[in-house]
Amino acid sequence: MSMKMSLFAAICRQHMQLAWRGGQTVLAVSFLFIAVTLLPFGLGPELKLLRALAPGLLWVVLAIALLATLDRLFQADFEDGALDRLMLLPLPFEAAVLAKLLGHFLALVVPLLVSVPLAGLLLNIEGARVPLVLAAMACGAPALVLSGGIGAALAVSVRRGGLLTVLIAMPFYVPVLIFGAATARVALEGGVGIWPYLGVLAALSGAALLLAPWAIAAALRSALR
Amino acid sequence: MSDVLSDAEIGARHGLSAAAYDGARELRVEELACTRGAALIFDNLSFTVKAGEALLVGGANGSGKSSLLRQLAGLLPVAAGRIEMAFGAPDQTVHYLGHADGLKNALTVGETLAFEAALVGCALPAQISATLGLGARDWQFVGDLSAGQRRRLTLARLIIDPRPLWLLDEPMTALDTQARALVDALAQAHLAQGGMIVAASHEGLAFAQSEIRLGQAMEAGA
Repeated sequence: MSMKMSLFAAICRQHMQLAWRGGQTVLAVSFLFIAVTLLPFGLGPELKLLRALAPGLLWVVLAIALLATLDRLFQADFEDGALDRLMLLPLPFEAAVLAKLLGHFLALVVPLLVSVPLAGLLLNIEGARVPLVLAAMACGAPALVLSGGIGAALAVSVRRGGLLTVLIAMPFYVPVLIFGAATARVALEGGVGIWPYLGVLAALSGAALLLAPWAIAAALRSALR
Repeated sequence: MSDVLSDAEIGARHGLSAAAYDGARELRVEELACTRGAALIFDNLSFTVKAGEALLVGGANGSGKSSLLRQLAGLLPVAAGRIEMAFGAPDQTVHYLGHADGLKNALTVGETLAFEAALVGCALPAQISATLGLGARDWQFVGDLSAGQRRRLTLARLIIDPRPLWLLDEPMTALDTQARALVDALAQAHLAQGGMIVAASHEGLAFAQSEIRLGQAMEAGA
């Protein structure tokens, strides 16, 4: 048991290390800040308008920042033979996949979430509302990573498959974005009656957690053949 | 660069015991066929590898040497026939060293070795760099290593994680004379402990007692 746990932890840690070394973490966070800096210039100096759009904008920026990292999720491992290795470990392949997804979440989503309070400032989101907005993102973001992983796994054998990955993942992102932006809007209006919204987001993430590792493992197995 | 070690010394450095390979040890392949897409690569291939035996798989490019190894590792589907491993499932019992080495350029040598050890859940064997004759510091990035050094680094997993069946695809590629002797010594130590090896290679391998050739003579058994 502990042996399997240490295996899981080692795979997760290596994925985080590689995401950090490869500059993906810095790139994703920079993208978030570049986007929220440029958006107000594009939308005009109207503070009210900015505040009204802010929740939706933040979610879209988060989603795009994540989509841009997806093609590195399994592609490098597929090409350099590391996936063969993962399949020959005394750990179910699904668990190894989940370890990589967790590593991806910790190395990319967590830094993005940490940046949200500052980014919210640039979009005129009040400080008092930030915790609820963050809660919404924390509930929905796992679904983005997990369902994005399905796209990444299906496109893994395609060279330069980044666009294909995004196209496959996009339909999965739609419900999360709809409920995510709605949740953030409720949060900005004071957070009355926010629990059902958070519940739906958490349910989406939970469903993705139950289904995605199997779907991804199956897609990767068939790609290796 | 460390001098070449004897089989016994290598075995001692492994910390391997014969008990690591307990159980009935025999790899039996019966009338195996392999297809890639619509093409039949080989069929009707039968051989047996017993404990302490090494089999050399020869044949021209494209004759299916690598595919055979991937089938044995459970990475490719078996089109027809059977692969029997009395000693357990490939995910516990097989080492597969293929063309793609799975090494990460962005990690250092030390981190790579630590990862290998963490996968097994054991401490890193002392002086493993010296055993492998890596000639590289722990802090050097894998991406900066030469082809031969990378190859030596992949051998680390054979030492760190004792598994009864080694599947080696062109094990001598990019290796200098000393490294070839190292592979040979590792293989001999492995075989002496009752391990098995199936190696694909164009050239002869000193540790292999028998040979099959894919391609022209598929009926040839070991």
